[in-house]
Amino acid sequence: MSTPEFIIDVRGVTKQFGGRVVVNDIAMQVRPGEIYGFLGPNGSGKTTFLRMLCGLLTPDGGSGHCLGYDILKQSAEIKKHAGYMTQRFSFYEDLTIEENLDFIARIYEVKDRQAAVEQSLERLTMTARRRQLAGTLSGGWKQRLALAACLIHQPQLLLLDEPTAGVDPKARRDFWEEIHQLAADGLTVLITTHYMDEAERCTKLAYIAYGNLLAQGTVDEVVASARLTTWEVVGKNLHAVADQLRGKPGVEQVVVFGTTLHVSGRDAVRLRESIAPWMREEYRWHPIASGLEDVFISLMETAADNFK
Amino acid sequence: MSFARFNFKRFGAVVMKEFIQMRRDRLTFGMMVGVPMIQLILFGYAINSNPKHLPTAVYAADNSVFSRTFVQGLRNSSYFDIIREPRTTAEINRLLAENTVQFAVTIPVDFSRKLVRGERPDLLLEADATDPTAVGYAIAAVNGLVPTIFNRDLTGPLAPLQAGSPPFNLVVHQHYNPENITQYNIVPGLMGVMLTMTMIMITALAITRERERGTMENLLSTPVRPGEVLLGKIVPYIGVGYVQVTLILLAAKFLFDVPMIGSVPLLLVLVLLFIVANLAVGITFSTVAKNQLQAMQMTFFFFLPSLLLSGYMFPFRGMPGWAQDIGEVLPLTHFLRVVRGILLKGNGLPELMPDLWPMALFLAVMLTVGIKRYRQTLD
Ligand SMILES: Nc1ncnc2c1ncn2[C@@H]1O[C@H](COP(=O)(O)OP(=O)(O)OP(=O)(O)O)[C@@H](O)[C@H]1O
Ligand SMILES: [Mg+2]
Repeated sequence: MSTPEFIIDVRGVTKQFGGRVVVNDIAMQVRPGEIYGFLGPNGSGKTTFLRMLCGLLTPDGGSGHCLGYDILKQSAEIKKHAGYMTQRFSFYEDLTIEENLDFIARIYEVKDRQAAVEQSLERLTMTARRRQLAGTLSGGWKQRLALAACLIHQPQLLLLDEPTAGVDPKARRDFWEEIHQLAADGLTVLITTHYMDEAERCTKLAYIAYGNLLAQGTVDEVVASARLTTWEVVGKNLHAVADQLRGKPGVEQVVVFGTTLHVSGRDAVRLRESIAPWMREEYRWHPIASGLEDVFISLMETAADNFK
Repeated sequence: MSFARFNFKRFGAVVMKEFIQMRRDRLTFGMMVGVPMIQLILFGYAINSNPKHLPTAVYAADNSVFSRTFVQGLRNSSYFDIIREPRTTAEINRLLAENTVQFAVTIPVDFSRKLVRGERPDLLLEADATDPTAVGYAIAAVNGLVPTIFNRDLTGPLAPLQAGSPPFNLVVHQHYNPENITQYNIVPGLMGVMLTMTMIMITALAITRERERGTMENLLSTPVRPGEVLLGKIVPYIGVGYVQVTLILLAAKFLFDVPMIGSVPLLLVLVLLFIVANLAVGITFSTVAKNQLQAMQMTFFFFLPSLLLSGYMFPFRGMPGWAQDIGEVLPLTHFLRVVRGILLKGNGLPELMPDLWPMALFLAVMLTVGIKRYRQTLD
């Protein structure tokens, strides 16, 4: 199969559950080798979108291709070449680690199955625990097992639904090392996460809220598109300041970080007017670059106003 | 134990929650109401351990007033419905083997001549006694007829025949289970009952478990096809079914001395049809049930009528028409006839045909419904 220009190229993807639109008219284009981060608040439709990409749910509307195959008609082909890691652990708890890997390898008809299973066990550093029941693994290890299992058939596209939820920082870093390594070898990854540091490690991002795609692009593009101004304040008794600032015109977010306070809003002029009374001796103010988190929270709140 | 610890508010909260859950779970609710109703109906009305109107064949080689009186007497007893009039002994045997009739009466050629001469001729009543409870009362009823039935015909010069011992001799042949040993009937039947219960439950659970534990999502995201999943799940349980069959056959032979007149290999082949029919029911249930508990409940919902209406617990012919109609649909009904037919009657394929095709039809319908309903997506 020749590599198409886009690994994922869909538009108008829509899904309703019981009359409620959960994914609304989403378009997405992902190039080969990209690590595409998919973010959004709980219940925004991320899992639903991933499920539609790999044929687990039938979209109510929309069209497009995934790995060059039609998402509506050729989901059987897509399944063969994609690896989907579910949000909830969905391997067999009553099978051992090795049995799970072997089962998946058989289903995908992996050539030289035993070697593939051995290799995955090694990569997981679970060779010695191969006969442990998957159900007895800790949460983080289950995640790692799940990732290893969905890589066993060497997919061209990985759809990962919160793969690092509950995984410790070291393992998370190793995981991202591996993802970058795989992407360098040509694998395309679409990954959902709630972690900002992970979002920043993605080559591209998409942000979805209430089923609507709100922003899309590189980290810088997404931050820039939000046109958010953020001020940092250092001083004493910041909680009181925060309470007083909330609700003032132009002030959209007030976040306390121990000894500092971040105040941001999209309307730079009115924000400036509102904070002016506190620009006194005891508080030191300076403008800073808005963080991804500030941007996402801002996007989400705007979306809440628009779509609720 | 202190009662002071018992908090009525917490208790009330739990009751409330359980109540809400119960109301949400329609199936459980239905079961709780439905099962007692079904039992009431079945035990109250359907179950009749004194079955009447049993299908009967009469071969009256002697066409005389006595023959007609005797046949009329059978009819009047309300135990016998004469549905066939065979002309040969072979035909009688076939009707009994195929389960078309429960009784066959043979009135020999010279019956009236011998009777008039006071020679006390024989009159043959043959019964399919596979299920002893089904025939007991009817035979007793005929025995009651014997001394006086011809009194009206024995007038004038024949009047003296009314006195003394009965004018003829009723010979009763109980076929297939002459000693009326209920185990002969129950033990082979148990095979079908056990298979029904376990085969349906096991498949229904196996598939709903996947959905309940979330492993279905993973499975559906792989290239595996529905047919592969379904068959892959069925095959191991066919093995389980055969283990059960073997155990029961061994127990039947060595513990209960059940006769095995027919071909056991034939039985082993035909049991496959029954096992797969039940597995298909399990699959269909699993496509309806949302979780394992529901699958379990549906299994019982199917099992109960199977147990009661198949002729396992109570004589099939003792049930009213509508109950028999339901029974005829259930694979267990036909399987019981097949097992008993092979083991006790020594039936071969031709005699079993009337019960094989309904099972095959049931299987085809169930499997179609199951596969149609088995969804390949999470929608
Ligand atoms: N099978 C379903 N039936 C009805 N509603 C559903 C179904 N699956 C998901 N939903 C609804 O669709 C919405 C989006 O759910 P989805 O799981 O896609 O969110 P998400 O973005 O993955 O959230 P999270 O970050 O919490 O994982 C939710 O409101 C959810 O309740
Ligand atoms: Mg999700």
